[in-house]
Amino acid sequence: MAIMTASGVTRTAPPAPVKARGKAARRWKDNLTGHAFLIGAVLCFALFMWFPMIRGIVMSFQRTRRGETTWVGWDNYTRIVADPSFWIAWKNTFLFTILALVLGYALPFFVAILLNEFRHAKGYLRVLVYLPVMLPPASALFLFKYYAYDPSEAGLFNAILKALHLPTSEWMQSPTMTIPAMVIASTWMNMGSAVLIYLASLQNIPGELYEAAELDGAGVWRRIWNVTIPQTRLILALLAMLQIVATMQLFIEPLILANGAGTQDSATSVAYLIYQHGFFQNDLNGAAALGVIMLVVLAAFSAVYVRLTTKQD
Amino acid sequence: MSVPQYRRAAALALAAGLGISLAACSTKSSDDSGTDASGKVTITVDCQPVGAQKELLANWNADVAEFEKQNPDITIKSVSVGEQCNNPPDFTARLAGGTMTDVFYGYMTDLQQVLDSGQAADITAAVSKDTIPTWDSVDPALKEVFTDEGKLYAIPVKNYSMGLVYNKALFSKAGLDAENPPKTWAEVRTAAKKIAGLGGGVAGFSEYSAGNTGGWHFTAELYSQGGRVLSEDGKKAAFNDAAGKQVLQNLKDMRYGDNSMGSRQLLQWGDLLTNAGAGKVGMFIGAPDATQAIVSQFQGKYSDWAMGPMPGQDGPAKGTLGGGEGYFFKKGLSDAQIKAGLKWIAYQKLTPGKGQLDYVRAKPQNYPVGLPQPLLFANGTEAQKQELELRKANANVDTANFKVFEDNPVQIVGEPRNAQAIYAVLDSAMSGVLTNPDANIDALLKTAEEKVNQLQAAGS
Repeated sequence: MAIMTASGVTRTAPPAPVKARGKAARRWKDNLTGHAFLIGAVLCFALFMWFPMIRGIVMSFQRTRRGETTWVGWDNYTRIVADPSFWIAWKNTFLFTILALVLGYALPFFVAILLNEFRHAKGYLRVLVYLPVMLPPASALFLFKYYAYDPSEAGLFNAILKALHLPTSEWMQSPTMTIPAMVIASTWMNMGSAVLIYLASLQNIPGELYEAAELDGAGVWRRIWNVTIPQTRLILALLAMLQIVATMQLFIEPLILANGAGTQDSATSVAYLIYQHGFFQNDLNGAAALGVIMLVVLAAFSAVYVRLTTKQD
Repeated sequence: MSVPQYRRAAALALAAGLGISLAACSTKSSDDSGTDASGKVTITVDCQPVGAQKELLANWNADVAEFEKQNPDITIKSVSVGEQCNNPPDFTARLAGGTMTDVFYGYMTDLQQVLDSGQAADITAAVSKDTIPTWDSVDPALKEVFTDEGKLYAIPVKNYSMGLVYNKALFSKAGLDAENPPKTWAEVRTAAKKIAGLGGGVAGFSEYSAGNTGGWHFTAELYSQGGRVLSEDGKKAAFNDAAGKQVLQNLKDMRYGDNSMGSRQLLQWGDLLTNAGAGKVGMFIGAPDATQAIVSQFQGKYSDWAMGPMPGQDGPAKGTLGGGEGYFFKKGLSDAQIKAGLKWIAYQKLTPGKGQLDYVRAKPQNYPVGLPQPLLFANGTEAQKQELELRKANANVDTANFKVFEDNPVQIVGEPRNAQAIYAVLDSAMSGVLTNPDANIDALLKTAEEKVNQLQAAGS
């Protein structure tokens, strides 16, 4: 059989036994561009993502002393777990995650519903809500640290509380207020993005569903419960997962708002503890072990999420 | 070239480029002896002042030019690494990444970390009067700090000891004798109360409790009580005793008993000095160069600041914390490079009248001359005499402000092994007494003790 190639040259088809190999070779040749791009992407990932990760895992089983690296098995892990700060850091991190989920998850959803209801000045309101996201996180946190959370009565929040005849707070200096204060600042900084995602999702809900619900006599809450929430279920689940993964990596808030560990370790997060081990305690191997533990915990959360969403679908 | 062909070429180029980059990463430079064909030796040195520090940078460049003129066989390549020269995390990152310069800066507390990284060259045999003419005058205690198992790993270039830094203007305003600073913690407490009484958010006494600086100051104040951070063998915490409790009790009394320490706590280095520069701090524990930072970075005035000795509990302090900086040499340097690096350090850091000790040049630049430190040379040595004479002759700060500090020397005690990690733990005890009126000092010290014991047991 003769085949006319793209260049117009006629060539004879190979004999039957060689046919399959020829096809594979041609397919490989046809896909060469794709493979070349793939190799580039794989090399990039290997160099900047997988290699550091694997190197970190290997380091977590090693110890470097006097320039000599030795295998120490699970020693770094047992040492890290025995450190009293380990459990404090996990407790703080989980507490922050839960509070951030309650506040940082529910609040943007309701703000998005409200914004969706407005008929006028929609774009203007969206920009207003999104503004804090445009502020660099470090700048936003410094604003909170020096103005909002000033423990004297001159502080913004304390001035408001005083004007309302409510008791003032020591904010970041109070061990009990440290985490709620970090959650408030973090929610303020990040809410805009979540609101926009919710808004996009809300605007995809067909209006007929609400009309039908209204005809059936459903009030506002009933419409939210029976129409809005089921229709935005997937986005809600996705943002919950992203929120958990992001908040568990809590780092910049303790670093800036609490100058690190905060009052009596009240701000120490797992990510901050990794930084402490790695950069202040001359313990990169311990830091690597703690990093691996965190990776496993986050992977477990992700697995649960994948499982739940797969079942629901 | 058609679009598909172009894309294919681009993809192949990308893949090939990455492959080459990977190969390049694993290739060691074939010429790492630092010596070229003409026998000229090149060394890289860090801590070149950054561009914003115009005069300091000009001085550094002038020193390099003059040194290279005197040593035509040596080329100095200066590297400015920004924060690395005063930021432990940056330093650790560079050390871990192996990206330090040939001759690199470190704190006196960094020796173990540098040794653990396996990056420091043993320079014992290379250091002598030939390479560093003032070597015999350098204080032996400073050489000891950079020595491990009889081997020298760095050259000390700066040294400080701590005392009581106080604001003369606030002292006068509060009706206190600005020429006679408090010498005991009880006197500090009384003075702090009077200064805080001025109002306007002024703290009579200010103290750190975050970013490892709280632990650093706990250590200094513990030494003033005669206490020690670690046991003799360095394996156990030794601060959970009467001395440690007294340190925290003094602070708690001032913070909550007298309300003389201001409301904002959890301070770290820059926070306290910002307040000091704004005239909101009456006293704090610091080294003489703290006044330099207040003036150069935080808009304060030299004339406002003076220093007294570290206060003791009922009389003179039993000790004070000393520390400083030095230059290490990267492992793998050739003998010629080590020799060249030593010559450069000798010229720029350890020769009276040159480099950092060129007071004639510094005086008109408003760079402080006359501060009682650095204490690099041992008492009575020729280099010390020369340096003191030059310093006095060119002083541009009022040396009388540091006279009480100089006239009342306190025994200097070095920083504990694994200092930064221990300081991080002790931050918690400091923040405890400064932010909680009901803080239990015994419990705070016990928790810190357990953590430090664990840290030392792990050998980290």
